[in-house]
Amino acid sequence: MDSKHYEELASKIRIDVIRMIHSAGSGHPGGSLSAADIVTALYFKEMNIDPENPKMEGRDKFVLSKGHAGPVQYAALAERGYYPVSDTLELRKLGSKFQGHPNMHKVPGIEMSTGSLGQGISVCVGMALANKMDGNPGRVYTLLGDGELQEGLVWEAAMSAAHYGLDNLVAIVDFNGLQIDGRNDDVMTVKPIDEKFAAFGWNVVVIDGHNFEEIFDAFDKARACKGKPTAIIACTHKGRGVSFMEDNPGWHGKAPSDEEAKQAVEELGGEW
Amino acid sequence: MAEKMATRAAYGKTLVEVGAANPNLVVMDADLSKSTMTAEFGKTYPERFFNMGIAEQNLYGTAAGLALSGKVVCASTFAMFASGRAFEIIRNSIGYTGANVKVCATHAGITVGEDGASHQTFEDLALMRTIPGMTVVNPSDGVSANKLLKQVIDFDGPAYVRLGRAAVPIFYSEDAELVLGKANTLREGKDVTVIATGIMVSEAMAAAEELAEQGIDVRVIDMHTIKPLDEDAIVKASEETGKIVTAEEHSVIGGLGSAVAEVLCKKAPAKMAMVGQKDTFGESGKPDQLKEKYGMTAADIVEAVKGLM
Repeated sequence: MDSKHYEELASKIRIDVIRMIHSAGSGHPGGSLSAADIVTALYFKEMNIDPENPKMEGRDKFVLSKGHAGPVQYAALAERGYYPVSDTLELRKLGSKFQGHPNMHKVPGIEMSTGSLGQGISVCVGMALANKMDGNPGRVYTLLGDGELQEGLVWEAAMSAAHYGLDNLVAIVDFNGLQIDGRNDDVMTVKPIDEKFAAFGWNVVVIDGHNFEEIFDAFDKARACKGKPTAIIACTHKGRGVSFMEDNPGWHGKAPSDEEAKQAVEELGGEW
Repeated sequence: MAEKMATRAAYGKTLVEVGAANPNLVVMDADLSKSTMTAEFGKTYPERFFNMGIAEQNLYGTAAGLALSGKVVCASTFAMFASGRAFEIIRNSIGYTGANVKVCATHAGITVGEDGASHQTFEDLALMRTIPGMTVVNPSDGVSANKLLKQVIDFDGPAYVRLGRAAVPIFYSEDAELVLGKANTLREGKDVTVIATGIMVSEAMAAAEELAEQGIDVRVIDMHTIKPLDEDAIVKASEETGKIVTAEEHSVIGGLGSAVAEVLCKKAPAKMAMVGQKDTFGESGKPDQLKEKYGMTAADIVEAVKGLM
């Protein structure tokens, strides 16, 4: 299937994100929209998973280390058939399975409860180690925020993944350049991200995180690389697809109003 | 003189023993495997042993990932760094997920000795018992450590096991029955009950001997499981002896004493005293010197008991 197919899927997922955050009245649209193409590529092509059998033996696993982007994971799992899209409108409401940050015991397809930054990639090191021990062909993918790289635990995990030669582990960095308090460059410089991972012993691929050909190509390169984990540095735009949210740190953790949600959905090609 | 063994030494032996029968057991460490005694498991089963280097947060994050992939994981470092530095990883990635990770933390309390205050943790039981679903165990000697660790490894879910550096007297016999979550009454008595945990249990037994000579009949309970706490044993002790002294090698804030007080104030109020580390840091010294200076000996238990009479 060509890129257009995945772009359309990603637009649907972005629309779902806007609807659920609008319904919740709070949440993190910016980093959900920046990651939508990567997450679409993972759930709709790259990963060996089965919505009918979420715990399938030998499946690939995805852990959202940047757990605040839960809406994009919820949307992708819904569109992939794990549960109805309409369920996700319960996001952040009392008694809902769609918690503010993902809970593995409430939502099928969620492999790890995340939200506290840096822990997702560390847990993935354990999952990848376990697969190596068991001869399990499943691969392990995690998505990190660029601001998340400021957590020391990320680098403890990075060191250990290279030490144990975890070539079944892929860490994707959603490099949109922004975090809650502003630009990474102003809050705490994380660049050069590629050189940091390379220095930690990782195979590094830098791509346009909104270009499906480049995303799929990066996953192929990761699979071809033996003996090292792969870091995919995906250059993205926060709030991608919604004009007034793009590259605006103000949309890190804020719900759109009725009018803003309507405009956002329409810009993404949907009907309000 | 009773034979002595550090509970960490019992831990190391237990791992090798259980590892033979349970191929699913994985052991991890953070560059302290010779001290935590996981090294022998590492030598015996190198394919199931992972040294994570000096990185305690990643030790427990990785342990969670292995456990959520079906392994039972014993992950060790010093108690200070396990419960303190890695607290939030244990809380979120192990506690919140219910991962089958056993945080087996050694070198707890004042008997770390010469390393001094930076390494002497008195906060770990308090921290760990606030995590929902976390089983918290503090064995009192080598035999009970072995018996309780086997039960800890057997059940599916997170646990914290507090182990010590110093060799302590073995007073349980090999055929003693110890059940996780069940207090063990070591000595019956009607005047006062000393509820002790960890290495303070042998101090409590010595105190009871001394008090018996003075005509005070002391019940001694080994509260090896801090959570889930055996509330029935505490209520029974309160109703039958009316006075309770707790003894722990841990801060009097938040540990066994607090846990017992929480039960007593709700169900069976009693006159109570707590023996443990006061609200202060430790220092370097020999374990026995430190126990004496910081008030965690049989003599301190005797004094606390008399204060209630």
